[in-house]
Amino acid sequence: MEETITGSVWVYGDNVDTDAIIPARHLTMVEPKDLARHCMEDIDESFATDVKPGDIVVGGANFGCGSSREHAPLALLGSGVAAVVATSFARIFYRNAINVGLPILECPDLAGHVKRGNVLRIDVDSGIVKNETTGEEFASEPFPPFLMDLINSGGLVEYAKRRLRGEA
Amino acid sequence: MATEFTMAEAIIARRTEDRVKAGAICRSKVDFAFANDITAPPAIKEFGRIGAGRIFDPARAAIVADHFTPNKDIASANQVKTGRGFAKKMGMRFWETGRCGVEHAMLPEQGLVLPGDLVVGADSHTCTGGALGALATGMGSTDLAVAWALGEVWVRIPETLRVDYVGSRSPWITGKDLVLDLIGRIGVGGARYMALEIGGDAIADLPMDDRFTFANMAIEAGGKAGIFVPDDKTLAYASARAARPFEPVYPDAGARYAKRMEIDVGALDPVVALPHLPDKVKKAGEVGDMRIDQVFIGSCTNGRLRDMALAAAVLKGRKAHPDVRLIVIPASYEVYHECMRRGYIQTFLDAEAVVATPSCGPCLGGHLGILAAGERCLSTSNRNFVGRMGSTGSEVVLASPIAAAAGAVLGRIADPRELLGDDPAIFEGI
Repeated sequence: MEETITGSVWVYGDNVDTDAIIPARHLTMVEPKDLARHCMEDIDESFATDVKPGDIVVGGANFGCGSSREHAPLALLGSGVAAVVATSFARIFYRNAINVGLPILECPDLAGHVKRGNVLRIDVDSGIVKNETTGEEFASEPFPPFLMDLINSGGLVEYAKRRLRGEA
Repeated sequence: MATEFTMAEAIIARRTEDRVKAGAICRSKVDFAFANDITAPPAIKEFGRIGAGRIFDPARAAIVADHFTPNKDIASANQVKTGRGFAKKMGMRFWETGRCGVEHAMLPEQGLVLPGDLVVGADSHTCTGGALGALATGMGSTDLAVAWALGEVWVRIPETLRVDYVGSRSPWITGKDLVLDLIGRIGVGGARYMALEIGGDAIADLPMDDRFTFANMAIEAGGKAGIFVPDDKTLAYASARAARPFEPVYPDAGARYAKRMEIDVGALDPVVALPHLPDKVKKAGEVGDMRIDQVFIGSCTNGRLRDMALAAAVLKGRKAHPDVRLIVIPASYEVYHECMRRGYIQTFLDAEAVVATPSCGPCLGGHLGILAAGERCLSTSNRNFVGRMGSTGSEVVLASPIAAAAGAVLGRIADPRELLGDDPAIFEGI
């Protein structure tokens, strides 16, 4: 991950499900750019057209609940989303995001303190999330060491290659 | 060795050299790993990047083409073609259309998910296998590719919510009612990152098919798994079907649970989950006047033989309401054939239902029953998110096969006892 991520914010509520992130009718596609054209379309028609590279998505509790489709974090990546910050994540989405290289942070106190269009600055090392628009700062949950290693070593596929070679 | 393992911990402990403790991350061997027609192509791509060249054990790996099959369009045909080609090249298990059922119904039938197993599937409803006392859990395509390559996955050892069911269950209360009731109590995030462990005296007479239904929806509470403590029913089911040896796992007497609940099944009434989350649970008799345009009986949640038997018992000698499209989809060919043999298919056709070939069908808005704006479906499936079965202006209400069949006749959502009286004799022997 980059050391800091700064971007304009899209705000959603609790329980944003994977059907909302990318509806099942589009699951015959697999390329992030194709999926991005339909990202969030069922809950926010403006997202796919107005999202800019580097924007940040903020969600409430249980973000990414529902199906195991890896297409969900891929659609967000294809949209240029630089990170997703949520109160908490559904577990399969959490794994998938790490596996496909979409930066995610669990930030329990951020929801309710950020509005669409605010600018967030994420310090990846310290886990501090700052709302540059309001000046408020929030701490996020650190990744467990195993996952930090996984992320820093280039993701799950790179880890698997090393494991096959007996190096991990 | 510690004597305080939950089911989830005990299963992982057998397959890892790492320290097993709730919250820790372990590398664990897997007993079976599968993907479906949607999730296989990305997994195959990542498998190629890993460069393993071979599957860790082809007999323990499968691709189940069930979501958009029989191929609904050119894109889905290409997806299945990719999966089929890869499975054949690698020597994995693959079932052609005409033999292939819905993954979470067919794989247990084939004896490929067994008590004590650790099973991963690139599909969130992989947790269905928990009915057999397996730790079965959904993952994404990249995780699955790694499982195919290494025969192992990383897992965070889940904390466990233990639920004990007590009391006497009436024939009106199915596994679907039990699980919807639980999700209503704890919420769609109530078991996030956790395993549900299900036991208690009232489970002894809960049929296997109802346990599959229950375990299937553990994910709708955010759970990693929904694991039933094995009993005679589990072992009878598994022994008759096992494709390989298995060893059941039980929780230790001193197992440490993050939380425990006890629920009296005698106090429950038939329930439904209203739009647009599975935790919007209400008694079926208290929803008011909710008309329905479509009823779907099927899916990995409720497409098994007992589900079909319950629906047929309700529909016998009755017809779907003139304004209702009734769609029945047995979840596997084993179920389909047995429905034929027992006359259920004739009952469904006499009720003026559509009976379709095994597939996920309309559950995820794929095909075979998509909803228009303003339409409402009463469905035995597992999710009622916005747009799940079609238009974002449509609604899905989740229910048991009994309540769904009764709703199909009445044309609206109701407590099934409103149609059938309070005499459960029609369910005798089912």
